Amino acid sequence: MTSPAAIPQSLSRRAHALRGHVLRMAEIVGQGYVGQGLGISDLLAVLYFGELRYDPKQPDWPDRDRFVLSIGHYAIGLYAALAEAGVIPVGELDTYGSDGSRLEMSAPETTPGVEMTGGSLGHGLTQSVGMALGLRLDGKPSRVFNLLSDGECQEGSTWEAAMAGAHHRLGNLFAFIDCNNQQADGPPSAIMGIEPIHKKWEAFGWHTQRVNGNDVEAIAAAIAAAKGIADRPHAIVLDTLMGKGVPLFEQREKNHFIRVAPEEWTLAKRQLEEAGR
Amino acid sequence: MSAPTPAGTPPKGVTGNILSSDTGGAASVAAAPFGHALVRAAEKNPRIVGLTADLGKYTDIHVFAEKFPKQFFQMGMAEQSLVGCAAGLARTGFVPFATTYCVFATRRAYDFIAIGAALGGANIKIVAGLPGLTTGYGGTHQGIEDLALMCAVPNLTVIDPCDATETAQATEAIAAHVGPVYMRLLRGQVPVSLDPSTYRFEIGKARLLADGPDVAIISTGLMTGRALDAVRELAAEGVRASLLHVSTLKPLDREAISSLIGRVSRVVTAENHVVTGGLASAVADVSVQAGRPIQLRRVGIPDCFCESGSIPYLVKRYRMGAPDIAAAARELLK
Repeated sequence: MTSPAAIPQSLSRRAHALRGHVLRMAEIVGQGYVGQGLGISDLLAVLYFGELRYDPKQPDWPDRDRFVLSIGHYAIGLYAALAEAGVIPVGELDTYGSDGSRLEMSAPETTPGVEMTGGSLGHGLTQSVGMALGLRLDGKPSRVFNLLSDGECQEGSTWEAAMAGAHHRLGNLFAFIDCNNQQADGPPSAIMGIEPIHKKWEAFGWHTQRVNGNDVEAIAAAIAAAKGIADRPHAIVLDTLMGKGVPLFEQREKNHFIRVAPEEWTLAKRQLEEAGR
Repeated sequence: MSAPTPAGTPPKGVTGNILSSDTGGAASVAAAPFGHALVRAAEKNPRIVGLTADLGKYTDIHVFAEKFPKQFFQMGMAEQSLVGCAAGLARTGFVPFATTYCVFATRRAYDFIAIGAALGGANIKIVAGLPGLTTGYGGTHQGIEDLALMCAVPNLTVIDPCDATETAQATEAIAAHVGPVYMRLLRGQVPVSLDPSTYRFEIGKARLLADGPDVAIISTGLMTGRALDAVRELAAEGVRASLLHVSTLKPLDREAISSLIGRVSRVVTAENHVVTGGLASAVADVSVQAGRPIQLRRVGIPDCFCESGSIPYLVKRYRMGAPDIAAAARELLK
């Protein structure tokens, strides 16, 4: 087991390392959800290197905390975290999205460290509610951390599950809502407005906070504050910037699924390197 | 199962309460066979939990809820949440039984059954009430195409028990089986057609309930009770019919069907479901795949949404009774 206390408080460095893994994977396929992977690296660094209890050598350890990825296409970010955490070999990242690889573009539950098959949006929170109920029924201290997206808040099932989480008073359930203001057809405000999203979660009975999702200290502080509330589930709305850490991708329009010219990778890697100094 | 009690009087000429059980004039019935069997299963296996989407009393799972309140979760009118939550419970090592009606489980939560449960083999049991024409509440409540939908999902086991005896045995069998299951539910006062002292349900096994060379009746679900009546009716006329009861639609007992139609090529199928995508289609598929041609008459719901009304009226209107099965057999013998 990895004890949070034993981990060096270098979350920013971890986030930077995750971004490096994301670029490594994205370059191999030449396109993809690199913007999401870069944008969510700060949260994943906080969770995998400061909060989650897990055993990299035993990914199915029954007493582990669960990280549930609703948004399967963020797999690129999750694989980066799993590799950095030692759950999967770093070298395997080079197979991302390749035929026959277990690191599929949308994360399948057969891959170590992946709790459920996400990708059909609106599933993750429903299953997270079930996991949280089950862990509580077993008297385990384990917690469930679900990552969903702003666009996913348009799925009705997300709100069915939000209602259930509050009704059953699941203090061991955490939902992170990644608001990167981009879905397949454009910004949510133009597709189907969801704001003020934090007020919706609050109205559904969740202990709710909204923070800068690219600030590791702010994320860690929000989780610490949430842990003081035992009888309600916790929503932490994260305002993030897609492509964070690589200005080339931060500035690209319509960046839900980025296509990158071969020569741009050199620039992207250099920009990330400069940001890490 | 509770001791059999005399059957109630079927409703006459008006749409009954949604809860009313139509026993079809059965000689004996048993109360809430699913609920009582689930309690027995949970007494053996403490990992069993129950969930419902605001239909606890209406699906007999209230019997379990009263006995094991800490292992029961009310999910409200939210079928996607019901199935997703059950899958999450399964992933923490529990054996969840989730109940609602066939129409809501399959039409509203299909993606959650397919992707949330079946794709990864989550060990959940969906038990769904009001199959086919067991309610007079029309298209909104009559689960007429659920078997077709569920049989199309890879990894899923699909069961349509015929009576109280089989409902009880199947409940205990699926509790012990590891993997996702969809089971149709007969609730309330349920007819006893099969003798509990001799009948043995087994997942994936069809049972030959009568053996005769003239015509083969292949049935599933509550239609088997009516098919047994049809066999007796035909026997009185000197017609020797076989009856194969196929309670597991998936995985299908292709060998039993193939063996029977190899001996008897005049076949009547009987199902409480539309005649496309269910048992009749499965039998036709076995016939073609096995190269054993048959003459087939299909008793079941035609390709339509059904009317509201009393159960006896609907059974007559859509030709779903024992006399209709016997008539289909006679047609083949002309």
